[in-house]
Amino acid sequence: MDLMEFQAKTVFAKHGVRTTVGAVVTTPEEARAAAEKIGGRVVVKAQVKTGGRGKAGGVKLASSPDEAEEKAREILGLDIKGHVVKILNIVPAAAIAEEYYFSFLIDRANRNYLCIASAAGGMEIEEVAHTNPDAVAKISIDPATGVDEAKAREIAVAAKYPADVIDAVVPEIVKLYDVFIAEDASLVEVNPLVKLEDGNVEALDGKVTLDENADFRHPDHAEFEDVSAADPLEAAAKAKGLNYVKLDGSVGIIGNGAGLVMSTLDVVAYAGEEFGGQKPANFLDIGGGASAEVMANGLEIIISDPQVESVFVNVFGGITACDAVANGIVQAFELLASRGEHVAKPLVVRLDGNNAEEGRRILDEAGLAGLERVDTMDGAAKRAAELAAK
Amino acid sequence: MSIFLTKDSKVIVQGMTGSEGTKHTTRMLASGTNIVGGVNPRKAGQSQDFDGKAVAVFGTVADAVKETGANVSVIFVPPKFTKDAVLEAVEAEVPLVVVITEGVPVHDTAAFFAAAQASGKTRIIGPNCPGIITPGESNAGIIPADIAGQGRIGLVSKSGTLTYQMMYELRDFGFSTAIGIGGDPIIGTTHIDALRAFQDDPDTDAIVMIGEIGGDAEERAAAFIKENVTKPVVGYVAGFTAPEGKTMGHAGAIVSGSSGTAAAKQEALEAVGVKVGKTPSETANLMREIMQGLSK
Repeated sequence: MDLMEFQAKTVFAKHGVRTTVGAVVTTPEEARAAAEKIGGRVVVKAQVKTGGRGKAGGVKLASSPDEAEEKAREILGLDIKGHVVKILNIVPAAAIAEEYYFSFLIDRANRNYLCIASAAGGMEIEEVAHTNPDAVAKISIDPATGVDEAKAREIAVAAKYPADVIDAVVPEIVKLYDVFIAEDASLVEVNPLVKLEDGNVEALDGKVTLDENADFRHPDHAEFEDVSAADPLEAAAKAKGLNYVKLDGSVGIIGNGAGLVMSTLDVVAYAGEEFGGQKPANFLDIGGGASAEVMANGLEIIISDPQVESVFVNVFGGITACDAVANGIVQAFELLASRGEHVAKPLVVRLDGNNAEEGRRILDEAGLAGLERVDTMDGAAKRAAELAAK
Repeated sequence: MSIFLTKDSKVIVQGMTGSEGTKHTTRMLASGTNIVGGVNPRKAGQSQDFDGKAVAVFGTVADAVKETGANVSVIFVPPKFTKDAVLEAVEAEVPLVVVITEGVPVHDTAAFFAAAQASGKTRIIGPNCPGIITPGESNAGIIPADIAGQGRIGLVSKSGTLTYQMMYELRDFGFSTAIGIGGDPIIGTTHIDALRAFQDDPDTDAIVMIGEIGGDAEERAAAFIKENVTKPVVGYVAGFTAPEGKTMGHAGAIVSGSSGTAAAKQEALEAVGVKVGKTPSETANLMREIMQGLSK
């Protein structure tokens, strides 16, 4: 889960990282009140989970409460790369002397942690790495030993932070590592990390990604969830414990196993090229179990998507046998009927693998309205795309 | 022959007495795996019955290893306890540890992988994987043993169900070993590790490798193939239609900015001569042609 800037700074502050959380507002009037309270010049910052806010006009300086209200009005509702601004962070304008870049992340290739740091901050680090690779230090971190003061000093020197800020930056690096580990973050990024005119070092911005697998030890992370921004179908699916991602096509997809479902989306998109560019409407992995209830919940989410014109159920019976899956589908139809819903959209089912023949027989005998059986994945994808195009 | 797992493997199960552990221990035994014990500190000294076969329960991994000479441990414990379970197996110097558990925090995986690296005695497969099967010999994990039999194709895959799908498509040829390495950001055994082992395995003639979006493991595997693999390799990559910034089921399956895309992975593999199928069936057909060519 990605955090918004003010949330990231809240987490930083909890671990003693020097930062200014400021005020969090949702209306121009609140922005004015916050600016009045802060006094002096303030910065009005859009809170969206994407980069490039500055360039998109989402960060503006205001020299009075009037101006803060005006800027807030301009920024609220702005669409930044598909993210609509609903929340603003109002902070006092800092007296910045220099800007640096700093991050900790998971290094998938080396299977440990990586620190990326540079004295060139404030811009996209990928860009700096491209134009001036020597300015970007990449320091490998051993999870067994972590980052103590000595390691932090090594990082600060490698990053070529100026000599006069090293003593101030070292404790901040140690605390940022504490954030990375203690909060189960897969990314902690500060861009820019600034030296203020008074010589202090502060995290002016923050980007944190939390590992949802670790939610069991962080009940407090639930408050960071941005329920308002979530797609309503995704929110409904999550409430039912389903692994669902909304896409923008017309063929609803249900499958078992993340890899097979990803593959199903691709195969549908290829098949759809023939039928006016039909595309998958969603990702939905119902897992290995594929019980009737899970199947019913999945179908319910998918048929409630107004964009869906046909549904493709793609199951490979591995641990769960196909006859159990077929019974699950039949019962799912009954369950939906009992909830006062019915599957009005055509359904293409492909069952293969363990006990496939028995599973197919069960489906044929049930004679469910609108259900077609196609026994190969490619063939079923084609039929589902064809039905969606009708 | 095979890679990592043979008929001589002596397997223990951490979490055997739990519901998943019991279910899959039953299945592993049925497929001929030599299960020599389970681990549960609260049930030490007892034994558990699996369709008439009694399997001893030990209090610690170290005890199980000492008593049975176990050299493989399969882990089914919940995510909360996985790190400690793996660390215990690493400390007991178990040579192969297969972590089936899904939902392990990435910092926990980083910690136990670092411990395994430091000891130099343990290979970890997973987490969040279906495990490894050497058909007809041994099965450490949850891959259904009846999909395909023994043969001369090696299979390495990030995805469980695509492993099953590919084994099913190529069941007429069979497999030397099939290994699901898992879809997490940090995994103990990579495509490269499996490719190296298959290249060195005299009973593997050709290799199927299945990848998916996220990270650059497939790109690095391509570079490895170019320098080190002379056996034919066929590839498949899932996730061409995945949107940027969304996690697709597996914790590691995410396109970030322009990195980790399926297209980049396909391109890297094709650049080193790996034929990449557009669908799982097409991929199976590419392998079919190779195997038919080899038998001529």
